[in-house]
Amino acid sequence: MNADLRARVQRWWQKEASAYGFVAMYALLFLIFIAVPVLVAFFLSFTFFDSIQLPRFNGLSNYIVLLTQDDIFMKYVLPNTIKFAVLVGPGGYALAFLLAWVLAQLPKVPRTIFALILYSPSMTAGVAMSVVWQTLFSGDQNGYLNSFLLSLNVIQAPIQWLQSPQYLMTIMIVVTLWGSMGVGFLAMLAGLLDINSELYEAGALDGISSRWQEIFYITIPSMKPQMLFGAVMAIVGTFQAGTIGVALSGSNPTPQYAGQLIVNHIEDYGFLRYEMGYAAAVSVVLLLMVLVFTRLANRLFRED
Amino acid sequence: MKKRRRWFKYSLRDSGINPRGFHPSQLKFYLLLIPLAAFMLLPMVFIFSHAFKPPEELFAYPPRFFVIRPTLKNFTDLFARLSSSSVPVSRYLFNSILITLVTVLASIGVSSTAAFALSKKRFRLKQTLFTINTLALMFVPIAVTIPRFLIIQRLGLLNTFWVHILPSLAMPVGLFLLKQFMDALPDEMIEAAQIDGASDWGIYWYIILPLIRPAIATIAILTFQAAWNNVDTSAMYINDETLKTFAFYLSTLTSSASGANVVAGQGMAAAASLIVFLPNLIIFILLQSQVMSTMSHSGLKQ
Repeated sequence: MNADLRARVQRWWQKEASAYGFVAMYALLFLIFIAVPVLVAFFLSFTFFDSIQLPRFNGLSNYIVLLTQDDIFMKYVLPNTIKFAVLVGPGGYALAFLLAWVLAQLPKVPRTIFALILYSPSMTAGVAMSVVWQTLFSGDQNGYLNSFLLSLNVIQAPIQWLQSPQYLMTIMIVVTLWGSMGVGFLAMLAGLLDINSELYEAGALDGISSRWQEIFYITIPSMKPQMLFGAVMAIVGTFQAGTIGVALSGSNPTPQYAGQLIVNHIEDYGFLRYEMGYAAAVSVVLLLMVLVFTRLANRLFRED
Repeated sequence: MKKRRRWFKYSLRDSGINPRGFHPSQLKFYLLLIPLAAFMLLPMVFIFSHAFKPPEELFAYPPRFFVIRPTLKNFTDLFARLSSSSVPVSRYLFNSILITLVTVLASIGVSSTAAFALSKKRFRLKQTLFTINTLALMFVPIAVTIPRFLIIQRLGLLNTFWVHILPSLAMPVGLFLLKQFMDALPDEMIEAAQIDGASDWGIYWYIILPLIRPAIATIAILTFQAAWNNVDTSAMYINDETLKTFAFYLSTLTSSASGANVVAGQGMAAAASLIVFLPNLIIFILLQSQVMSTMSHSGLKQ
C-alpha cells in the first residue's frame, strides 16, 4: 500500500517534471525579456534614475510631473498619440475586417492573390523601409509625389512633406494603415471562411435580407474569438508602430513635435536626456493605455 | 426584395462566403479590390523598379516611376563598397542571414516545446502560465526599451551575437498560435503512443511536430520578419560594426545624420531595400496556405 502510494507519487512527479522541462526554456526567456522588464519599468517609474547613480525613490513625482508640468506631453504627445491610435487602431481594424469580408466573397484563387497583395505591405512596415518612403515623399521638386502633384497642377511649389508639421502626421497614418493588414487581418479572413454556411441559410430563412444584417447578426457573432485576436493585434501594432514618425522625418523630436508619439517621448527622455525614471513612468502610462484598449475590445467581443 | 431572394435560391455555392466559382454578384467586389490592390502595390512596384534604375534615371527630372533601362549597377556598387567604417557590405548580409536562421530555428524549438506542455500535458501551473501568456499578447516591447537595455547590459549581452537572438525568442503570439493549433489535435493519438511506451520527447518529436507543420510555418514567417527586418537591436545594443545587420545598414545609407553621401547612397539604398524586401515576399508566398490554416485556430476566447 505504502509502496504503491510512493510509486504513484513518483510517477506523478515524473510526469509533472517533464511538463515543466518543456516549458522551462520559454518561461525563462519570457521572464528575462518580458516579465522582468515590465516590473523594472514599474519600479523605476517611482524613482529618479540617470543611469549613472543608483535609482533614488521619489514617490509619485514622475507621474505628477507628467500630468502637470510636461507641456510637450500634454500639448503634443498625448493628442498626437490619441489621434494616431484612433485612426490607425480602430480605423485600420475596421478596414482589415471589411477587406477580409470582401475577400471571403471571392473564390479561392483570386482571394489568395488579393490576400497576398494586401498582406505584403505589412512585411515592409518598419524602419528599414522608411528609405523608400523618404524617396517617394522627398521634399524637392524631384520627389515623386511632388513631381506628380506639380504636373497635375494640384500644388504650385514642392512641399517638404516629411519636414512640415501639417503633413507629417497624415503621412505617418497613411503609411501605417498601408502596412496594417498583418496577422490580425489573416486571422479574421480565416475566421470568416470557417463560419458554417448553414448559419447563413438559416439566417436567410429567418428573414435576414441584407448583407449588412448578415454581417452584424451572423458573421461577427460567429467569429468573435478571431475578432478579438485581430483587435489585440491591431492595438499592439498601433503602439508598436510609434517610431514611424522619427524614422520618416529623421529626427527625434520630430519637426515641431508634429509626429511625436508616446514611444518617441520615452526614447527622448530615456536615451537622449537620460532621465530614465521619468521615461519609465511614461512607459507605464503606455502599457496602461494598451491595457485599457484591450479591455475595451474584450467587452465588445466577449463570448457570453 | 424579390431579387435578393433569388440570389439566395440558386447558386448558393457561387455567392456568399467562400464561393466555389464566379458569380456576377462578385463583380462589385472586384471593382473595389482591383484599384485598391493597385494602390497597395505601388510602393512595392516602386521598390522593384527603383532598384534597377541607372543613376541618370534615379535623378531624372521629372522623376519617372518605372525604370526604362534596367541595370544591375546599384547592386554591384553596393557590394563593391565598404561601409563608412570599412566593413564590407557582404558582412552585414551574412550577419542578417545567420541571425535570422538561428532566431527562426530557436524560436520554433522554444515555442513548440512550451506549447506542447501547455496543450497536451497536465501540470499544476498550466492554466496560470497560459493566462499570463495570453495577457502578454498585448505586450508592447517598445514600451520597455529602457529596462530591457539595463537587463541586457547586466547580463553582459551588449555587443554580442546573442543579443540579436535571445530577446526575441519568447514570442507570446507564437506560443499562443501553436498552442491553439495543438489543442485541435486529438488526444487519443497521444494516449495510444503512451500505451506503446513512447516518452514525452518521442511524442513531441514523432507525433506532434509533423502534425503542426502549418503552425510552425506561421511562426517561422513571423519570426523571420521580426529578425530579418530588425534595425533596433543593431542601433541600440551593438557598437561593433561587424555585428550589425543588413537592415540596419540600409537604414543608414541615406540618413544624412550618419554622414553618408545622400546622393551616392540613393542607388545603393534602392538595391538594398529590394534585398531586404524580397525574402519576406518569397517566404510568405511559399508558406501562405499553411498560414491560413493556422489562422483558423487563432481565436481568442476570454
